[in-house]
Amino acid sequence: MATAFYLMRRLALLVASLIASSALVFFLLRLLPGDLAQARLGIYGTPEALNQLREEYGLDRPLTTQYFSWLSNAIRGDLGSSILTGADITSELLSKATVTLPLIGIASLLAVFFAVPLGMLAALRRRKWDGIAVSTVSQLGIAVPTFWIGVIFVTMFAVQTQAFPPGGFPFGGWADFGGAVKSLVLPACTLAFAQGAVLMRFARSATIDVIQQDYFRTARATGLSRAGALRVHGIRNAMVPVVSVLGIQISTLIVGAIIVESVFALPGIGQMLLQDVSVRDYTKVQGTVAFITALVFAVSFSVDLLLGVLNPRLRNQ
Amino acid sequence: MKQRNSTLVIGASLVGFSIAVFLLSFFWTPYDPLEIKPELSLTRPSAAHWLGTDENGRDILSNIIVGSRATLVVAMVSVMICMLLGVSIGVATAMSPKWVESPAVFGVDILLALPTVLLAIVLTAVYGPSTSTAVVAIGLALSAPVAQVTRREVKSILLADYVTAAKTSGSGSLRIVRKHILPNLRASLFVQASGASAIAILAEATLSYLGFGTPPPDPSWGRMMASLQQYLIVAPIFPLWPGLAIVITVLGFNLLGDGLREALDPTLRRQTD
Repeated sequence: MATAFYLMRRLALLVASLIASSALVFFLLRLLPGDLAQARLGIYGTPEALNQLREEYGLDRPLTTQYFSWLSNAIRGDLGSSILTGADITSELLSKATVTLPLIGIASLLAVFFAVPLGMLAALRRRKWDGIAVSTVSQLGIAVPTFWIGVIFVTMFAVQTQAFPPGGFPFGGWADFGGAVKSLVLPACTLAFAQGAVLMRFARSATIDVIQQDYFRTARATGLSRAGALRVHGIRNAMVPVVSVLGIQISTLIVGAIIVESVFALPGIGQMLLQDVSVRDYTKVQGTVAFITALVFAVSFSVDLLLGVLNPRLRNQ
Repeated sequence: MKQRNSTLVIGASLVGFSIAVFLLSFFWTPYDPLEIKPELSLTRPSAAHWLGTDENGRDILSNIIVGSRATLVVAMVSVMICMLLGVSIGVATAMSPKWVESPAVFGVDILLALPTVLLAIVLTAVYGPSTSTAVVAIGLALSAPVAQVTRREVKSILLADYVTAAKTSGSGSLRIVRKHILPNLRASLFVQASGASAIAILAEATLSYLGFGTPPPDPSWGRMMASLQQYLIVAPIFPLWPGLAIVITVLGFNLLGDGLREALDPTLRRQTD
């Protein structure tokens, strides 16, 4: 019963967040001087042309009506069409997502795979040289801009050794599977490095918290080694803050993806968004940002559910 | 004890160095940062040009020195905005009745979930790329975490006995904020401002790298990186210089924040020992 209530409450919050954030972005984009039609036609906007475009995109209706009609279409998966080219936004997003989502997925896996064990090592050996070295690298990693890491990787592995392409994506997309994977290696490592540094720090402090608990000391007193006690009692407890950080990080991960796509000229959602902003394709910017925020909220919702599984006490809060 | 002090000392020195470079930029640079000399395009580091020259023959070191202005000014102004906004919202929501607090917390949570750079990109779409767009976007986005932390801290201060005593002796809300809450928040505010500066510098660098920050001709570290990156094959290490400037400044503010937190929060001292 408590679990069902927890689920319902989280779901209601998810829906409210989606509506509030999409409204925020919608009204922010409508703050521009003039309206979308004027922005689209510029000096070529004769009154007739402006009226025709306004009618076509429903810009002559009140703002709130426009928002709710956009929202009801968006719920059905229709994000409208580009005000510049008339292309269908949803299908363009889905095709670009075939680059961005694998990039984010591989990067997250890499980050978790390396950062969590290293963070635990840094905690267990925090006064030894290797523990301090890991902490120092993670401290540096947090201060380094993602694009800088990207450029370093390109210099080392694409320019000097030419092991990987310096950028771009196969023209045929995933049809050229080997080529696609190869062109995602450096971008994914770049993104993973940036995310891993933060994650490592949290894994370290969460592990330090655990090994200072009474139950950990008791486990040690029963004769378990530090690593053994950590395996039996520590990992699940240390995972709670780490998983919640993963949830928070999804938003930085997506921004990271936008940057990485720009460094490596990957034709993904981020690259498309930057292009649309520079040509001022407002309807597409609106749709893309709505898609990204929906993704962020959906992931943080799933993370909350996962946390509820890891830590039953959270369900009753 | 030794290690803790060193965090603060290294952080403060790096920040001090960046601020010194920023101040220096107003009086002296090795060369005119904007002077174009096509014959010196992409020359290697030498005694005359310590870090080499860019594609237009401009001295890279001079550009980095002057580029500190764009970065530090954007960071400072946006941190001021986010501290003012965040602390006001945090204090006000913590002291409001539940029916005001809950929706306000919900609003802050929404803003918290929207990535800073994404918000800046949306604002750029409307107002075009400029320093002020970047400042407003970064300041607005960073006010959400500041508001969240401040609200939590104020909540715990409000439970203290001295606040109850002040209330019973007839102090009004404003007096309680002035006399009891703000002085107790001071330590946490320094830590937050330092952390926010680091994030703001990274965000500014990212925006100008993507072409949404300070417009040319004023040099900025992010844009220098983006333009030097195009010549990576002929001049491989060149884009690393402006990046190094970013790393030093951000690392400085991060360490300063950590050091301050450890110095000002006695409970942390016990934990790390």
